[in-house]
Amino acid sequence: MNIGKKLLISVAVGSVLLFAGTIATAAEQKTAKKVEKKGNVSSANTFNRLLKKEKMRNAGPADDGVHDAANDSTHVLQPPLIAYDGLPPSDFGNYINWVKALDGGQLKPRYDLSDPDVEPLIMDLNIVREVKASVADVVFPHKPHTQWLHCSNCHPKIFIPQRNANVMSMSAILLGQKCGVCHGKVSFPITTKSCKVCHSKPKPKDWKPPKSEASLQTPWR
Amino acid sequence: MFKSAIIGLLSMMAVLLLPQMAKAEYADVVINNYSDAAGMRPAVFPHWYHRIRFRCKVCHADLGFEFKAGGNKITMAKIIDGQFCGACHNGEISWSVENCGMCHSGIPGTPTSIHGSTVQRLVAPTYKALDGKSKPK
Ligand code: HEC
Ligand code: HEC
Ligand code: HEC
Ligand code: HEC
Ligand code: HEC
Ligand code: HEC
Repeated sequence: MNIGKKLLISVAVGSVLLFAGTIATAAEQKTAKKVEKKGNVSSANTFNRLLKKEKMRNAGPADDGVHDAANDSTHVLQPPLIAYDGLPPSDFGNYINWVKALDGGQLKPRYDLSDPDVEPLIMDLNIVREVKASVADVVFPHKPHTQWLHCSNCHPKIFIPQRNANVMSMSAILLGQKCGVCHGKVSFPITTKSCKVCHSKPKPKDWKPPKSEASLQTPWR
Repeated sequence: MFKSAIIGLLSMMAVLLLPQMAKAEYADVVINNYSDAAGMRPAVFPHWYHRIRFRCKVCHADLGFEFKAGGNKITMAKIIDGQFCGACHNGEISWSVENCGMCHSGIPGTPTSIHGSTVQRLVAPTYKALDGKSKPK
């Protein structure tokens, strides 16, 4: 048998097994979730084909899929839920509202490595970014940011410190640029439930979405 | 041909297993530039735990941690010289470096990554890194 043939066969067998495996696991998942088959609808046409569901909120270190339970010290680490007791909740990220926790005095993280009494340099300046889409305009508040961060964390590397000097878009943010350097990584993430935290200034009553040039020009309109 | 079948099955299982890693606490960072290669478990850095005690400014402005998982090229030599984790894990501000297992607590083979990130929640294609380098999920 020549090499080419061998390769062909091995690939074929591999993919057959893979296919069988897919069906088997799909079946397993089905039984696991106890999805009932209604009528003759194919199991390919189910709900939630691509929906990723959070498996467990604030899992303890030993069950979080990242820490090794075989490591003795893993069991010494603190489970988040114990530390979060009494902090104001939220619907995303760590599921606690860090801004409120700070303002309410439930947390007093240090602003200096060793001196607990150093006060942060807080600047209370809101920047409104008008959004071309129908969603509310974005208000960027300097206050909560300067409570946690230093000016040099953002200026000038991420943002030129000048109103509207920076080009921002949702796609850039979702891919981890601009606001997305932190939001979606460490500070609250971008989810359907968090849109309005940034998009917080409602549009004027008479605001209408701009019409697309291409549609305005079509003669069959 | 057996080999390719096994590889096929294994990669399929990996694909099925990966989404479940999203259980990790939001913003936990696994740092594994060198650990696996040196036979240590990867280091796991819990943001939630540290931000209860320190503002971002302390680490990201004063101590110079870049905003990039794995981007600081942390090594034990730097840590015992008082840089990065060693600025605090020195027996003064916090427990000291001989507690290897407290930091090196990750499941072996876990790639460098920040957990719970928005990019991980996007439907498949964007899992691929933008810069072509293999930035894991
Ligand atoms: C700004 C100071 C600081 C830096 C920098 C720092 N830590 Fe910590 N870390 C602490 C303090 C304080 C504690 C709490 C110690 C205690 O409870 O006595 C801690 C605790 C921990 C814990 C235990 C959490 C638990 O559940 O008990 C881990 C793990 C940890 N740090 C890992 C790291 C790693 C990895 C790095 C470097 C990437 C790092 N830390 C950098 C200050 C720091
Ligand atoms: C989290 C990131 C972040 C931090 C931290 C931050 N800024 Fe800004 N800053 C911004 C953004 C975003 C804008 C708006 C830029 C735009 O509209 O294009 C801005 C705008 C500005 C402007 C321009 C205002 C105007 O009216 O043109 C100044 C001045 C400024 N920042 C100063 C500071 C100072 C001083 C600090 C520290 C006390 C600071 N910033 C901290 C993100 C930040
Ligand atoms: C350098 C990191 C960083 C960048 C960049 C950044 N943020 Fe934030 N942002 C934070 C942190 C930290 C908080 C505190 C709350 C938290 O961690 O969830 C915060 C809080 C906020 C809040 C207040 C939430 C509340 O509960 O009141 C808003 C609104 C916000 N950010 C909008 C933005 C917008 C809009 C941008 C981009 C123009 C941006 N942020 C860029 C770090 C950042
Ligand atoms: C971290 C803050 C933040 C969050 C959270 C956020 N946005 Fe945005 N969004 C922005 C900023 C900043 C812009 C750009 C505004 C500008 O043009 O100056 C923007 C722009 C937009 C636009 C206009 C198109 C574009 O890309 O510029 C739409 C639509 C939009 N966002 C929808 C959403 C939806 C839907 C969500 C929730 C899933 C969301 N945003 C969550 C900050 C945020
Ligand atoms: C405060 C947290 C912390 C403690 C404690 C700690 N390490 Fe590390 N160590 C790290 C981090 C972070 C890295 C970088 C991980 C990477 O990129 O793979 C690292 C890297 C390493 C590496 C690979 C890089 C190099 O320097 O060669 C080895 C080996 C290592 N550690 C061994 C140890 C041993 C042995 C101990 C106990 C004596 C220990 N570590 C204690 C945080 C820690
Ligand atoms: C105790 C130190 C410490 C504190 C406090 C801290 N961080 Fe971090 N941060 C780290 C370390 C360590 C890394 C990982 C760096 C590496 O892997 O080289 C990191 C990584 C990051 C990243 C990069 C994620 C990525 O890969 O894109 C962001 C963004 C970030 N931190 C934001 C924040 C924000 C916002 C805060 C405040 C709410 C904060 N950090 C507080 C130590 C800290």
